Amino acid sequence: MTRQLLTGNGAAAWGARLARADYVPAFPITPQTEIIETLAEWIDRGEMAGRLTTLESEHSMITAAAAAAATGVRVFTATSSQGLLYGLEMIYTVAGWRVPFLLVNVSRGLATPITLEPDHTDVLAARDSGFLQVHCATCQEIVDTVLIAYRLAEDPRIRLPAIVNQDGFYLSFTREAVELPAPEAAQRFLPAFDPEAIRFRASRPLSQACAVLGASSYSYFRYETHLASLKALDVYDEIAEAFEQEFGRRWPPVEAYRCDDAEIVFFMIGAFATKAREAVDRLRDAGVAVGLVRPRLVRPWPAGELRRTLLRKRAVVVVDQNLSMGSGGVLHAELAATLYGQPGAPVLLSFVGALGGRDIPPEEFFEMARLAREAAEKGEAPAPRLLYTAQELREMRKLQAVAHAERKELP
Amino acid sequence: MFRIRFHGRGGQGIKTASQILGSAFFRSGFEVQDAPRYGAERRGAPIFAYVRADRSPIHERGVILRPDLVVVADESLVPIPAAGVLQGVTSNTLLLVNSPQTPELWQQRLKLGAPVLCLPVESEGEDRAGLPHIGATCAGAAARLVGVVARESLVQAVEDELAKLGADELEFNLDHALAAFDAFSRHAGRVQEGAAIEAGGYARPEWIDLEPDAALFAAPDVEGAATSEGAKTGLWRTLRPVIDYERCNRCSWICSTLCPDGAIRVEADHTPRVDYDHCKGCMVCVAVCPPHAIAAVSEAGARAEESPA
Repeated sequence: MTRQLLTGNGAAAWGARLARADYVPAFPITPQTEIIETLAEWIDRGEMAGRLTTLESEHSMITAAAAAAATGVRVFTATSSQGLLYGLEMIYTVAGWRVPFLLVNVSRGLATPITLEPDHTDVLAARDSGFLQVHCATCQEIVDTVLIAYRLAEDPRIRLPAIVNQDGFYLSFTREAVELPAPEAAQRFLPAFDPEAIRFRASRPLSQACAVLGASSYSYFRYETHLASLKALDVYDEIAEAFEQEFGRRWPPVEAYRCDDAEIVFFMIGAFATKAREAVDRLRDAGVAVGLVRPRLVRPWPAGELRRTLLRKRAVVVVDQNLSMGSGGVLHAELAATLYGQPGAPVLLSFVGALGGRDIPPEEFFEMARLAREAAEKGEAPAPRLLYTAQELREMRKLQAVAHAERKELP
Repeated sequence: MFRIRFHGRGGQGIKTASQILGSAFFRSGFEVQDAPRYGAERRGAPIFAYVRADRSPIHERGVILRPDLVVVADESLVPIPAAGVLQGVTSNTLLLVNSPQTPELWQQRLKLGAPVLCLPVESEGEDRAGLPHIGATCAGAAARLVGVVARESLVQAVEDELAKLGADELEFNLDHALAAFDAFSRHAGRVQEGAAIEAGGYARPEWIDLEPDAALFAAPDVEGAATSEGAKTGLWRTLRPVIDYERCNRCSWICSTLCPDGAIRVEADHTPRVDYDHCKGCMVCVAVCPPHAIAAVSEAGARAEESPA
């Protein structure tokens, strides 16, 4: 197989093409637009079958995606940041329809203030919706994960829509070597979608937007969506196994790097986890027993696998590239809920950073590891830290001084 | 690992330069990561792009803070702090500047101890963004300076990236890339691969605990109106639209309405006037003017004429 240089956006588009998506409802937003531009070009040139329609908003786009999925065709769409939020009402709504389709989210920090660069606060807003959620760290992983996520979403035991997440800029616009699955192999791994009873037709009316009066019926349907998502943990393992047999690449629900003998573990999702991996290698060179755990599956949350990997470690450094205002890092809270009260639970350290694409230099990872060793000795975690340096604050204060001077000049 | 950063302006082919160099490394058997970095602005705005290349898989990610080679396609960016041209430059970094000045003068100016090379500068008065080959030239020079890319790999890389533009464009860019590759034969291998930052004896980050400031200060408000007037985006311009008032038929709305920056004002007698303090030189007005009354002229040439000294 030949490898070629592809951006994350290119890899996502190839995923849709190799999955033979029938319908692509689209709305542009940076840094996602390149995905739908690429698909539009292929469809226009006749290199890809299928139909692309531009909608007037993400809210309509998600509605169109689910409505098309309800007719039993394979649907692909993509968005980012504010666009995901604008579609959020329908994200929550259509998950309950139990029709599968795939949405690639290209993570970008949320307003206010507006930024173009990535963090995961956008995609975590969809965390509780019922969409499956898989996070990628490399361009290769994106194309592979699109195929895996389709098979997972379409499995009759699950039938839920899925989000495949990649980071804006550091994956979306970044080229890396990617081995594209051969079309025949992709077809073997992901055959045509068999929608069974999902066959909405104009001649056979069906209401997806039903209301229930009565908490028991309501609870039943909500629980069922939740249980289907949890079931996806088992089904995922079968699919990852089949993928490895076909393509030779292994994508476990939780990637564990140099963890077996690790005393301290970094815990991250997304593209910047590769920076943590690099830090692991450097710390190992310096004789520190450290590893990395990177969940790919965020929904369903692979609690069992995380317990197996992290219990009996001395300390876990959770680096959240998101911020739940008034609480802190989302992954830190989720991991605490997973490990609390379990025998051999490690000390958990919380760092929030890389918001809006702020870099995490190697020295910060080294310092986190040092603090983790200290915390393990004491058996007590330090207060959560928002990654910010004196130099960053000095530069911020300069800007604020300018703003203050302008404010005083106003009449 | 090689860590290379290209700096230039939107429209100069800086992203293409990084992709040509990335492909050239890839075709030479290297693992590669290349990426552009830009904001919401258009033609003329400072942008940069970067390339990492190594013999084993690359796990570093994000912008390059400690470059081994910095290539500057537009020397006017060097003194602009926001362009970040000199970020992380040390005595181990090679600087390649597209400049009519000598390397010695740049070394004296910068006082960074970094070795400097200059690209054979393009002829005077030629417009900066009007040099669509400068990206290819920079990529060709960089490919030679790293010393591990064969001429044939560079040829293939330029074809990989530019064949889609057609045979003429491809040949034009290829000629310039190869001319630069050949011109720097004496300096082949000058770029030294930087080592990874080691975990033993690292410089500890100077983290601080942020305090909650009063909302008056902590809200990202922009006080006052029309503050964007203070940003002289006209400095980004590489081409200048010049209205020929003999030809202009005073239609009164097309150029001014379609100017994406609102930089064309129409006077009471329907005469359009370009605000050169803020016109970024996108040339939309040149393209849409029905009687073709607006010409694109070289900004550098126009400035030289204005102040002949």
